[in-house]
Amino acid sequence: MLAIEVKNLAKHFKELKAVDGVSFEVKEGEIFGLLGPNGAGKTTIIKMLTTLLRPTEGEARVWGFDILKQKNEVRNSIGIVFQEPALDTRLTGEENLDFHARIYGLNRETRQKRIEEVLKLVELQDKADVVVKNYSGGMQRRLEIARGLMHYPKVLFLDEPTLGLDAQTRRRIWEYILKLNQREKTTIILTTHYMEEADYLCQRVAIIDFGKIIVQDRPDSLKNTLGGDVISIEAVPEKRSFEVFSKLSWVKKIKLHNGIIDLNVDRGENKIALLIKIDQEEEGFEIKSVNLRKPTLEDVFLHFTGRTIREKEANQNERNKMMMRRRFRR
Amino acid sequence: MESKNIQTIYVMWLREMKRFSRDKSRVIGTLAMPFFFLFSMGFGFRGGFNLPGVPQGTDYIDFLVPGILGMTMLFTSMFAGLSVLWDKEFGFLKEIMVAPVKRSAIVFGRIIGGITTSIIQGFIILIISLFIGFKIASPLSLILAFVFMFLIGTAFIGFGIAIASKMEDVHGFSLIIQFIIFPTFLLSGALFPISNFPSWIRPLSYINPLTYGVDGLRASLIGFSQFPLVFDFFIILIFDFVMIGLATWLFSKTEV
Repeated sequence: MLAIEVKNLAKHFKELKAVDGVSFEVKEGEIFGLLGPNGAGKTTIIKMLTTLLRPTEGEARVWGFDILKQKNEVRNSIGIVFQEPALDTRLTGEENLDFHARIYGLNRETRQKRIEEVLKLVELQDKADVVVKNYSGGMQRRLEIARGLMHYPKVLFLDEPTLGLDAQTRRRIWEYILKLNQREKTTIILTTHYMEEADYLCQRVAIIDFGKIIVQDRPDSLKNTLGGDVISIEAVPEKRSFEVFSKLSWVKKIKLHNGIIDLNVDRGENKIALLIKIDQEEEGFEIKSVNLRKPTLEDVFLHFTGRTIREKEANQNERNKMMMRRRFRR
Repeated sequence: MESKNIQTIYVMWLREMKRFSRDKSRVIGTLAMPFFFLFSMGFGFRGGFNLPGVPQGTDYIDFLVPGILGMTMLFTSMFAGLSVLWDKEFGFLKEIMVAPVKRSAIVFGRIIGGITTSIIQGFIILIISLFIGFKIASPLSLILAFVFMFLIGTAFIGFGIAIASKMEDVHGFSLIIQFIIFPTFLLSGALFPISNFPSWIRPLSYINPLTYGVDGLRASLIGFSQFPLVFDFFIILIFDFVMIGLATWLFSKTEV
């Protein structure tokens, strides 16, 4: 069965096409990732699927229910962890969970049992009676994940579940996510702009940029499309070295970004040897550094969009600043 | 299904109670204003002269207390309704909006919770006023006053929710206080009889629901009023239904 079915979903805010006709499917029991830079439209997709926003166009079903015509059934089947905190900070951890459980109609017995269970899963039992205001960021996040699970949702939405958390806490949250996917068979759809997160957790990912899905597949097949290994070279002058490398017969793909030349090759360790044999003086360039690695999702993103996700984000920030400036001038 | 919606009303109420009991500064903050009005006006206009429109021999403090009670209900209820804005600001509104329950149940829960805290605060003011010379006629007066406090509360919590649902963030909050809450208070006849207003202002008082609330409280507590008590009762009741409907409608259209 399909847990989520999305067809041509779009959301326009005035002229801005935040989501520009996306289609994808998520199978039951799967962990599916929406991967893309900030502002790509991931959160807007989540908000539409969770009935918080009305799509401009298109349709979607969550657990078989139409997100426009069967809002209540959709809401009943899902759990959500929002990107920004959504806890009542004046209530204790347990009170937050109890509030949630009652709204979702769990009876007293189930409530008590389940609160204990989920608190144990995220290791917050001893903080149950502490007012959430006094929780650390990581603890709040864990409490929210616990809350998302309270009512045995069929589909769990996680919007940037580890945003702003330290590496250790992030690891722990990854473990919870895997654990509940295996133990409770919860279908999970998560958004992230951390490549390693998507790689580690997701069985399939969709890469999103400017409101459109650029490509979707299993992380390893995506990486395989790039073929073999990636050799990253820093060389001067850039233009000349780029010319030289692009003439090499064993280079399958070549890309220049931010002063670094990426070559996609098979059996990279052999190719480095070949690289060294090139007479740099005669060709008129100089290699500063060489790095060989297996392709990551970052490389996949680079391959399909022409930039790394971090460069994308830097750019996005600049654009936002420009827009702010323009707004203030008015 | 049914029981889930009842649970929702209960849990929204419970949440309001918990927040209320843990937030002393909020109680003090909202009670301070009516308290100062009660003290300064109550003592300032004590005895001495007779306000036109108030029957001979009525102490100003007796005239004032129902007005201040109405003011307390207005302020606390509006703040309770507008707390939707704070939920928006702190993100909790999203948790509420994705819940698989009727929007009307959420609105009802908020109203019931807000009314409980408002009435508690109203009674605090009423008790304080006893110490500065206010006299309550009979237990029946208290029951009638309770009914009117309930009606005034419902009206303005509903109004607050309706406004908060249309607002994006808390930045317009002080505008609401200055352009809605204060004029409503001043035009309601809480401090002086509306018959003292020039005739061109009076229509504004007549369309102000708090006018009938304060008048009803006055009728209940001191037995003096501009309109018959039953008339006051039905006018606010109608206003309550309109506001509940409006609040539910606008709240269910909220996007977060």
